Amino acid sequence: RDFNERCAQCSEVNWGLTDGGRYYCRSCHNVTERTREVVNTDFMTNSRVQTISKHSRKQEKTGGGCEWYVCEGFQLVLKKQAEALEALGVCPQMKDEILCNFWRCYLQKSKQAYCNRPAGETVKALSVCESSTDVDSEPDRPSILHLLSLSESEGDLQTDCSFASSMSKVSENTSVYSGSVDGSLYLMKNQKEKLRMTMPMTLSFCYMALLWLREPMTLSELLRFVVEGHIPYLNVFRLFPEKMKLCGLDLKIFCVESWPVYEEVHNKMVELAAFLDLPRFPDITDNCFLHPDMLCIKYLMEANLPDELHNWTCRVVKKIGIGEVDFLTLVPGNKSTRKVKYDILAAAVIIVVLKLLFLLDDNYEWLLSDLAEERNKNNKEGGQYFEFKKWYEVVKHSLDVEQKKLDEERAKYVWRCEKPLFYSVKNKSKVLKRRQMVVNLQNQFGKLSGPVQRAEKPNPSSFQLSWSEENTDCFHGHSLKGILQEKRGLLTAMNPDYWLCTVKLCNERLCGHLAHYREVDFPQSYHFVLRLFSFLLRIQPSYIHDEVCMIEHKLFNKKLYKKLKYNTVLRK
Amino acid sequence: SSYEHKLNFKKSKEACLSYIQDAMLQKQWKRAAEFLTFYVESLEKDYSREHVGPSEMIWRIGTEILCHHSHSSVKEFNCFMEQMKTLGVKRYLKASILNAVCLEHVFHLLCNGQIDEAYQNLSLAESWRFGEQTAIQNKEMKLIQAYRGLLDYYSWSKQKNILLEHGLDGFADLSVEQEMHSCFRKAAVNLKEIIKIPGVWDLFVKCYVDLLEFYGDHNEARQVLNEYAYNSKFPANPNAHVYLYQFLKRQGESKKSLISALKILHDIVPSHELMIDFNTMLRKSKKRKRRRLGLEVIFAVLDYAGWKENVKAWSCLARQVKQVVISEKHLGWIKKEWSSRKDWWPAFHFSRYLAKRNWQENESLSYEKALVAGILLGKDCKYFKYVSHQGCKAQVKRFRMLKKFVNRHNPVYLRISG
Repeated sequence: RDFNERCAQCSEVNWGLTDGGRYYCRSCHNVTERTREVVNTDFMTNSRVQTISKHSRKQEKTGGGCEWYVCEGFQLVLKKQAEALEALGVCPQMKDEILCNFWRCYLQKSKQAYCNRPAGETVKALSVCESSTDVDSEPDRPSILHLLSLSESEGDLQTDCSFASSMSKVSENTSVYSGSVDGSLYLMKNQKEKLRMTMPMTLSFCYMALLWLREPMTLSELLRFVVEGHIPYLNVFRLFPEKMKLCGLDLKIFCVESWPVYEEVHNKMVELAAFLDLPRFPDITDNCFLHPDMLCIKYLMEANLPDELHNWTCRVVKKIGIGEVDFLTLVPGNKSTRKVKYDILAAAVIIVVLKLLFLLDDNYEWLLSDLAEERNKNNKEGGQYFEFKKWYEVVKHSLDVEQKKLDEERAKYVWRCEKPLFYSVKNKSKVLKRRQMVVNLQNQFGKLSGPVQRAEKPNPSSFQLSWSEENTDCFHGHSLKGILQEKRGLLTAMNPDYWLCTVKLCNERLCGHLAHYREVDFPQSYHFVLRLFSFLLRIQPSYIHDEVCMIEHKLFNKKLYKKLKYNTVLRK
Repeated sequence: SSYEHKLNFKKSKEACLSYIQDAMLQKQWKRAAEFLTFYVESLEKDYSREHVGPSEMIWRIGTEILCHHSHSSVKEFNCFMEQMKTLGVKRYLKASILNAVCLEHVFHLLCNGQIDEAYQNLSLAESWRFGEQTAIQNKEMKLIQAYRGLLDYYSWSKQKNILLEHGLDGFADLSVEQEMHSCFRKAAVNLKEIIKIPGVWDLFVKCYVDLLEFYGDHNEARQVLNEYAYNSKFPANPNAHVYLYQFLKRQGESKKSLISALKILHDIVPSHELMIDFNTMLRKSKKRKRRRLGLEVIFAVLDYAGWKENVKAWSCLARQVKQVVISEKHLGWIKKEWSSRKDWWPAFHFSRYLAKRNWQENESLSYEKALVAGILLGKDCKYFKYVSHQGCKAQVKRFRMLKKFVNRHNPVYLRISG
């Protein structure tokens, strides 16, 4: 405000401040090198946000809304998500320091070319209560329909497309609606260049921060917490303050109607880390939660498998070098290394170990189990030997029950919330009436549902399956003695064979997968363990299968060089 | 499938819908209602491109649940229907669906005896107009009008009965009479419309014909009934022929027209109860062809289990068979009818067990049957032997006559069975 020079690009005197404390031209968004001493470093409060756009803020005639930019919206979302994570036990440093630094960095990197408008043009987006027909608008302004079609997420909010199409009939020159100042502009931006912010990306930010801090939360857990409602994501606009009115194109930006997808969030995270020019992340060492040795302990427990298997997972990890610091730690920008998905990796290691010890060809594992059963019958003292069959029955039963519950939850998932969304003031009354009707119907049929009340959202828990040590159904303490033998002072599996999931790996970059999983091509036991971990991690079995293939290829690297026939059984 | 860990709004609601449908199939209404509460938020999305939108789904499912659920009441049902109509008026339901909603509601009201409310609803529905589609073209709208016509008929009928009871004494009844005529006009207009459309409109046709007959418009009535029975566009409907026959009978029409009406009924529903009348009419005829047809008709009737113990039917057959045997002409008729039945009728009608039972339970039945059996199967057949023996033992005169008759005509059996 005290800066009166003319802008180098557009010659206007219309300055604002970026978060980095640099002056930028409000007319053409040219960022200067001139900085202003910033006293207040509290990044996340609204007062800070106001520094950017306070100048142009004016009280609206109706509703008392304020002008707000899309990035402010996302900032608020991230703040809420960080708070939720803190409530789940993540250290406060994440919210106070790491995440906001990442965000600030992102704003800087992306704002430099936030829009490429010719000099002199001003942002001309209407807020909620201005009229729709504006004769002075530029003739080449795109219609609403065009803007809507630019958004890549076509699944979301088809609702309002039909309304939009009726709106576009009004006038081709109609300026677009959004509650935010730059909603329309935001969607127009060429997405590929600037890594435009999206709702799934907020989760990428969170995960990136968690990873940086090496917090004990995997990506699959994070996403599960989102779906269970512990972390704001769906209907996050509910948390916006009253004066930040969300309507029109904002809906396309901030409202999601699908669960976040692991692969998408992960890939974006990697892209983001590179975009922000982040250095090598803090080392993942063998006492980190994300290290396969540690994660394997957790998953073995959750899968109700004997603790003794942990020795084996560690051996495999060591043998193929996936426990090395350099393998595990994320180095942004390094395109040659395959990015590690810690949870999937650990699950795959366990599966490989099971294959090593039990073969899992729908035959051998049952034989071993019968032997163990015999032994257990005849020998009541001494520990129980692990019986695959019993384990299978117990775990399958629980898995089926939980899967069934999950399937029902999917059908009962509530997408809308009490705060209604409307495209514009015009269809507000329609929307409200609809909402009222929905509520009425819910009440009416809710009464007929009987005493079964919808369960409150479950308490966030790290473990989805738990097994009590006192129960006979718990296999943690069971021994693997029955299936092991000693050879030259080393414990090895009695099982001499192994079958590879695939002899040749695909090129992941070309077809998206290392291998192609089809249930019918593989033994049922293998499919079962895939299904088990697929449930625990909430991802497709094929992704775990990919990791299994990758591990096997590392493990049997040398042998594979000698050309083997397809699906040959290997001698270890 | 359960391995799918992605989820979006659409898939989620599809899954919800399939849970609802499963629950309904298994008549688990509470569970269906529970899942429906999660489905209703679909209304907040616009499905105008879909073939069946959530509004229609919710209406259909909701109606089912409310009809079957033990805790729902008429009040709840009405309240639900009102909401559905509101949905419709906002143009999210097609006009035809909306009318269908209204009709269901009306049926429900009628079942609960709320005639006046039903009438009001129908009138209200008729007054709805939808932009593109005029109400008249809509088939459901025609139904609404027809049902209103029906209720008008009902009112007319009540008034008519009042008048007939008290007689036309005094001017006090003039208003009743006027109202009656006005109901007639309203009813006639609407009923006439619906029966133009191919369909099964038994109730409407009956009422309309009743009105026409009362006011003396027999030509119109005949035309309507002919259309209903003979127009190939209309689905085959035995009742159409029954109504036509009954009308013709009332009008005192010629035998010829009565017979042609009943002939078609015989073709469609050989076991119809009117076949007895038909046979009676035919066997008394002078024309040979008709008597022949009569025989065919009565044999066909007794092919059906429902007639097995019907004395009248057996009596008709017995009479006709006797007639043929005595005249000694046209034995070929019996032979022909019997040839396709001789393999199974004996076990079906003339077993020894049945002989015993019929004799015990119904002497007349056993008499008629024994006569037929004796002719068709000869005097040595199980049925005839048993019944005639019992009858003679009991010294019932007609059984003795029967025995004589059959013995005398036994050679006939040989000619038939050969």
